[in-house]
Amino acid sequence: MLEVKGLRKVYRSGNREVEALRDLTFTVDNGELVCLVGPSGCGKTTLLRCVSGLLDPTAGDVRVDGKPVDGPPPGMAVVFQEYGRSLFPWMSVRDNVELPLKQKGVGRARRRQLVEQSLDAVGLTGTASAYPWQLSGGMQQRVAIARAVAYEPQTLLMDEPFAAVDAQTRADLEDLVRELWKRLGVTILFVTHDIDESVYLGQRVVMLSTSPTVVQEELAIDLPDQRDQLTTRADPRFIQLRTRVYEQIQAAKRNAVH
Amino acid sequence: MTSPRRGNPARSGSTALLGAAGLAGLLLVMELAPRLGLVDERYLPPASRIAAALAEEAGTPAFWTALTDTLIAWSAGLAIAVGAAVLAGIVIGSIPVLRSLTASTIEFLRPIPSVALIPLAVLMYGTDLGSTLLLVCYAAFWQVLVQVLYGVADVDPVAFETARSFRFSAWGRIRHVLWPTALPYVFTGVRLAASVALVLAITAELVIGSPGLGKEIAVAQASEAVPTMYALIVVTGVLGVIINLLARTGERRLLAWHQSVRGEVTA
Ligand SMILES: Nc1ncnc2c1ncn2[C@@H]1O[C@H](COP(=O)(O)OP(=O)(O)OP(=O)(O)O)[C@@H](O)[C@H]1O
Ligand SMILES: [Mg+2]
Repeated sequence: MLEVKGLRKVYRSGNREVEALRDLTFTVDNGELVCLVGPSGCGKTTLLRCVSGLLDPTAGDVRVDGKPVDGPPPGMAVVFQEYGRSLFPWMSVRDNVELPLKQKGVGRARRRQLVEQSLDAVGLTGTASAYPWQLSGGMQQRVAIARAVAYEPQTLLMDEPFAAVDAQTRADLEDLVRELWKRLGVTILFVTHDIDESVYLGQRVVMLSTSPTVVQEELAIDLPDQRDQLTTRADPRFIQLRTRVYEQIQAAKRNAVH
Repeated sequence: MTSPRRGNPARSGSTALLGAAGLAGLLLVMELAPRLGLVDERYLPPASRIAAALAEEAGTPAFWTALTDTLIAWSAGLAIAVGAAVLAGIVIGSIPVLRSLTASTIEFLRPIPSVALIPLAVLMYGTDLGSTLLLVCYAAFWQVLVQVLYGVADVDPVAFETARSFRFSAWGRIRHVLWPTALPYVFTGVRLAASVALVLAITAELVIGSPGLGKEIAVAQASEAVPTMYALIVVTGVLGVIINLLARTGERRLLAWHQSVRGEVTA
């Protein structure tokens, strides 16, 4: 279980202070897929960096299965917003996916198997020997996902992973995430600024306010488990839910103004 | 698309042809100027005499010993400097406190011309190989160190955080993120240092009289064997060209990914 309690983060550089997060509290149960939606610049990346132990919060704490996070915890993988820069250009796709496994101490044969399986799973069979910069943006993002999946994490954090790909690729990748989640039983915290995406993907949506950032509301997504780009998005319940999320985010903006 | 620097094959072919023509022209001028009495033959013998002297030199064991001495001083000095600079650069570059602590010291030490250390070298090593090594090392070290520092500073924070999030060991982060990022810079540093190292090796031999081509040039000059002196100068020039060529080829071969990332044409 992932617990975020009273999380606050203030960036200090010289005498300039930016309060990126004011007070965040929420939990993600094991095996859950939670979407975190909030306007651009509200501190989503900051939150993920705190959760993944890459950044020390100013106050509050993050716990994974009860253990406080004070550095990157084992069993967690992050898919970064800047996926292009997160892949190593001096390594082939295979080596990119394999390296974290090597660092983790996974045996050679098992590594091979995991690399193969994960590349197959994201539909990148046969590109193992290519270099990341030889691939399209959508393919690069899938390599980043494959790398995270091959790592066999219990918790997967994804930071606006589809922000920079076209609508069609985006739809495919959304379905890919749902499918991987169901198959692997991982806990996923998925960050996005796209309201429709958050409702389509999540079992629950946590809405963040504009800065100074707090949790605006949480909403359970009671759509059927079997989702489909056409029918789910046309489902009246889907429309209701997305309207609800939209209203909340608008309300957050109004509150911020007054 | 072709990069403006590289040009297309036909272009580079004709460039090579033009270059060869230029060189032939130079040789012709060097042959004719002294023969026509435009310059004093004592200071610039005709190219053919220089060539003859070169052939004669190549037949003496002393020449080959001198060449070997120069190459040893050059390569050993360069190797020591590169090793030390890479190590120092990675340590200094990855520890911010060290970085700011050493910044001004480096800025002070770096511009000191190596030749200013000649008296110190003589004091320490006399006319031994050590003198040459000291000067070569000093000159080459800063070239590489500065580049390594640039390289380490160029590490992409996202790539580095990726490594951290996958719990890479400290060594893993250096080996797989820091080093590959710094490598192109290291190459630039080594290429610059290789040329500087040759200059310093010849200078040290020439001025101090430590064994090598530089010393032979001084000896030839003292014994008024002017064509031999020129022949040896030509040899040092050729060495310089070969070193540069090797460094560039190595760089291109090993950093194919890097050039491609920067959108240049790969060979
Ligand atoms: N390293 C930093 N130093 C200072 N301020 C920062 C730093 N990183 C982020 N910030 C500030 O914190 C706030 C939140 O940034 P963050 O990147 O977390 O937002 P985000 O919700 O991920 O935005 P986006 O949707 O555009 O990715 C912004 O105001 C930003 O300027
Ligand atoms: Mg962000």
